[in-house]
Amino acid sequence: MHEMSLTRSMVGIIEGQAATHGFQRVSRVRLEIGELSCVDPEALTFCFDAATRDTVAEGATLAILTVPGQAWCRDCDMAVPIGQRGEPCPRCGDYRLQIRAGDEIRIKDLEVD
Amino acid sequence: MCVTCGCGDATGQATTIDGRAMAGHHHHHHPETPGDTRLIRLEQDLLGKNNTLAAANRRLFRDRETFVVNLVSSPGSGKTSLLVRTAEDLKARFPVAVIEGDQQTSLDAQRLRDAGVPAVQINTGRVCHLDAHMIGHAVEDLDFSSRGVLFIENVGNLVCPAEFDLGEDHKVVVMSVTEGEDKPLKYPHMFAAADLMLLNKIDLLPHVSFDVERCTESARRANPDIDVIELSATTGAGLPRWYDWIARGVGRVTAASDQEDSVLHADG
Ligand SMILES: Nc1nc2c(ncn2[C@@H]2O[C@H](COP(=O)(O)OP(=O)(O)OP(=O)(O)O)[C@@H](O)[C@H]2O)c(=O)[nH]1
Ligand SMILES: [Mg+2]
Ligand SMILES: [Zn+2]
Ligand SMILES: [Zn+2]
Repeated sequence: MHEMSLTRSMVGIIEGQAATHGFQRVSRVRLEIGELSCVDPEALTFCFDAATRDTVAEGATLAILTVPGQAWCRDCDMAVPIGQRGEPCPRCGDYRLQIRAGDEIRIKDLEVD
Repeated sequence: MCVTCGCGDATGQATTIDGRAMAGHHHHHHPETPGDTRLIRLEQDLLGKNNTLAAANRRLFRDRETFVVNLVSSPGSGKTSLLVRTAEDLKARFPVAVIEGDQQTSLDAQRLRDAGVPAVQINTGRVCHLDAHMIGHAVEDLDFSSRGVLFIENVGNLVCPAEFDLGEDHKVVVMSVTEGEDKPLKYPHMFAAADLMLLNKIDLLPHVSFDVERCTESARRANPDIDVIELSATTGAGLPRWYDWIARGVGRVTAASDQEDSVLHADG
């Protein structure tokens, strides 16, 4: 259940922002979750509701934006799309890929009032 | 509540180090001023705090000239058995110390102390992985000498520990031949995060149908650069290659530090 740790860290960041910016309520939190990260959006949403109780983010909508996976193929010498770790290059079938995007777990922005 | 590891959280079982509660952090309540609806752009990594603490651990380990290995695996792959044997065999060559991570009990740390090396136990309670904050606290309680190796045995779990940098030099994934050779394909994150795979319990190969080559191939699909060492913590087969790998790591860390010292002396 590391989704719980992640939502706790999310709440910590939000409370920090509330202290700096002086808002009372968060209406929406937008997250960017990479397709290749090992975070489950459903588990994250579940934990979010529990972790935000009695905080400024209680009742906020959690919007999850999926960031597609992208890797560099050494053979093709170019960036290629991949949907999962351990998948081969869709162009040449080689497995020697370097992940370039899609492993992010990021808070993009907060809508507050 | 600590946002990284959840220590001091009233609803969960708190993390403890050698049975004592880990220092918690306080909630601060700030005055609220009303405002209009607005958007605050953050672009902030949820693991950012862990990564900052991991960087601090890494600096400490460099200062202490210590090579740090984070051992990850599913439960029961043989991490503690391997560490006990490794500690016994290497402690005369250079200092060895261990941080043990389990959800409960201090059995594993005791096994290491019995083997004659300093060890500290982290109990994570309900948390399924170690994080950089717990390691930062645990090293305060660990009396380890410099110019050696510090092993961190992570909680037995092939998923979550992949995501948390502890400040180690390398993650090493341990897999045993009783687990099935497709494991690297099923849990590719962990194998992608590790630099070395130890294939343990090879003494059991005659009794199980396990294709070593297929396993290595699966691991290379998840991580084309991963090194593989086959060994048995029970019989000792393959251990010299593992020990060489460790000794090279210790050598790199101490050589880098010696070089820094000589640059400092040349300057000053
Ligand atoms: N045959 C054989 N058994 C082994 C070997 N290494 C470990 N074992 C056995 O595997 C079992 C689990 O070993 P541990 O060292 O406790 O495994 P672990 O990975 O530390 O387990 P957790 O901390 O619970 O995740 C024990 O019964 C060991 O005796 C090996 O090389 N060969
Ligand atoms: Mg163990
Ligand atoms: Zn290609
Ligand atoms: Zn804490």
